[in-house]
Amino acid sequence: MTSIGQNRWLPHVVLILGVIVFLFPIYVAFIGSSHDAPTIARGEMPLTLGPHLIENYTQALESGEGARVRGTPALTMMRNSLIMALVIVVGKISISLLSAFAVVFFEFPGRMFFFWMIFITLMLPVEVRIIPTYAVVADLGMINTFAGLTIPLIASATATLLFRQFFLTIPDELVDASQIDGAGPMRFFWSILLPLSRTNIAALFVIMFIYGWNQYLWPLLITTSRGMETIVMGIVKMIGTGDAQTDWQLIMAVAMLALLPPVMVVFLMQRWFVKGLVDAEK
Amino acid sequence: MKRRTIYRHKLLPYLLLAPQLAVTLVFFFWPAGQAIYQSVLIQDPFGLRTQFVWLENFQIVLTNPVYLESVRVTIIFSTAVTLLAMAPALLLAVMADQVVRGASGYRTLIVWPYAIAPAVAAVLWLFIFHPSIGQIGQGLRTLGIPWDYRINGDQALLLVIFVSAWKQVSYNFLFFLAGLQSMPKTILEAASIDGASPRRRFWMIVFPLLSPTTFFLLVVNIIYAFFDTFGVIHALTQGGPGRSTTTMMYRVYRDGVINLDLGGSSAQSVILMTAVIILTVVQFKYIERRVHY
Repeated sequence: MTSIGQNRWLPHVVLILGVIVFLFPIYVAFIGSSHDAPTIARGEMPLTLGPHLIENYTQALESGEGARVRGTPALTMMRNSLIMALVIVVGKISISLLSAFAVVFFEFPGRMFFFWMIFITLMLPVEVRIIPTYAVVADLGMINTFAGLTIPLIASATATLLFRQFFLTIPDELVDASQIDGAGPMRFFWSILLPLSRTNIAALFVIMFIYGWNQYLWPLLITTSRGMETIVMGIVKMIGTGDAQTDWQLIMAVAMLALLPPVMVVFLMQRWFVKGLVDAEK
Repeated sequence: MKRRTIYRHKLLPYLLLAPQLAVTLVFFFWPAGQAIYQSVLIQDPFGLRTQFVWLENFQIVLTNPVYLESVRVTIIFSTAVTLLAMAPALLLAVMADQVVRGASGYRTLIVWPYAIAPAVAAVLWLFIFHPSIGQIGQGLRTLGIPWDYRINGDQALLLVIFVSAWKQVSYNFLFFLAGLQSMPKTILEAASIDGASPRRRFWMIVFPLLSPTTFFLLVVNIIYAFFDTFGVIHALTQGGPGRSTTTMMYRVYRDGVINLDLGGSSAQSVILMTAVIILTVVQFKYIERRVHY
């Protein structure tokens, strides 16, 4: 009903145009990953599939080394990205569940103070305090470790606030009933609260996984050895100065591999994704 | 946040809070404090002597033409990214809201770029806009346009703006669509009966009713343009050519990581922190009050 035009086809035309603008770069990258370096360097790449698809992906995954590019095997980088993303997701969700549980279901001195302490972290993204945070991580000897890569990014208030919001909607009767049945607070947490939070956990999982996988500046600062590189930063390193004469076919293959996991997560878990995105911004 | 039933334990709540607080203290309050502390110190290049200088770092930063240039770039960049990410998103959302068949299919196909890292989006478009091998880059040169974002600062800025906005459209689309779908249909039907044209209905009813969403997205997009676009700039132009794509965030990185000017970089971090806090407070304060129907 909120129509601008009465044309029945106009919305479809506009939407299809939009979809094309979104899909075009992916299509070109995919095509680029199926040709050989000379074809691309001459600027003669057609917009149809070339003959080197399997060869390029095998090379990208296993060695990452081309004639002009010295990269890390994409398999290693994807493993690093996966570990980083999963540790961040599991870490964020676990510590947030616990702290939200404490803030909502317990009465203790300093409760509001601690709540505000967590809340205030919402305001400052890691990029703003990047240099001093890097200095702290360096002082703690955590450069080039997964701990240094992940733990500083686990400090975030979004998940705590989300779980707090949800816990507040849980009826008192449920807590009463569990107490009458003799369940202590931790038993209540494990057997009642956690199963009830499943939907929220799934939604947060999707958002946080994308957040973790896509980290760029932080791994750029923290990792110094090739074996620790994540795929999002690794691919930018592969470009170098961006000459025409480089192994673009490998770079495009790695680009496809870098965007596939988070895009698949959005496709397969779209319902949770939309919920997570909307909830996280409340 | 009052509950009737609550647990009374002396130790347990602190234990539950401990992991979150530990991480927050060590990696949030400590570095933030360090940034503020460093911002009032000047260290000699060898790190041997440090001197307390009050606000001299801020004075140096804020009177430095190079920094002021990055402020100018940031303002142009974030305004353009915000507009370019929001207007097409609103158009697509209005269109998707009208489609009866295949609406969820369109949503899926428009929403997924959210999952792409800014740096990866930059790599994809670099391959297309590359002056000698890219499909569009070559096309522009064939048309007689001297396209080379590696030499031409304006073109470089255009490119980073385009790529940054491209990645953010899907996010805005999702929120605009949700806003449109929760709109009371009766008002629009009434306006329709009163003979208001579709264009008039949009500008007089739909757009004002959407204003809370629009305002919320405005703040989110500005923050996105300030910080999350680092990957786009770093991958595409590294702040160049010259300083034409060096935003304030990129300046912090350059001064802190490459030029190793800790005092100056910390002062810049504090300036950025202040900007974010002001934006967030404005958002919380005015989102319900000022923007209303």
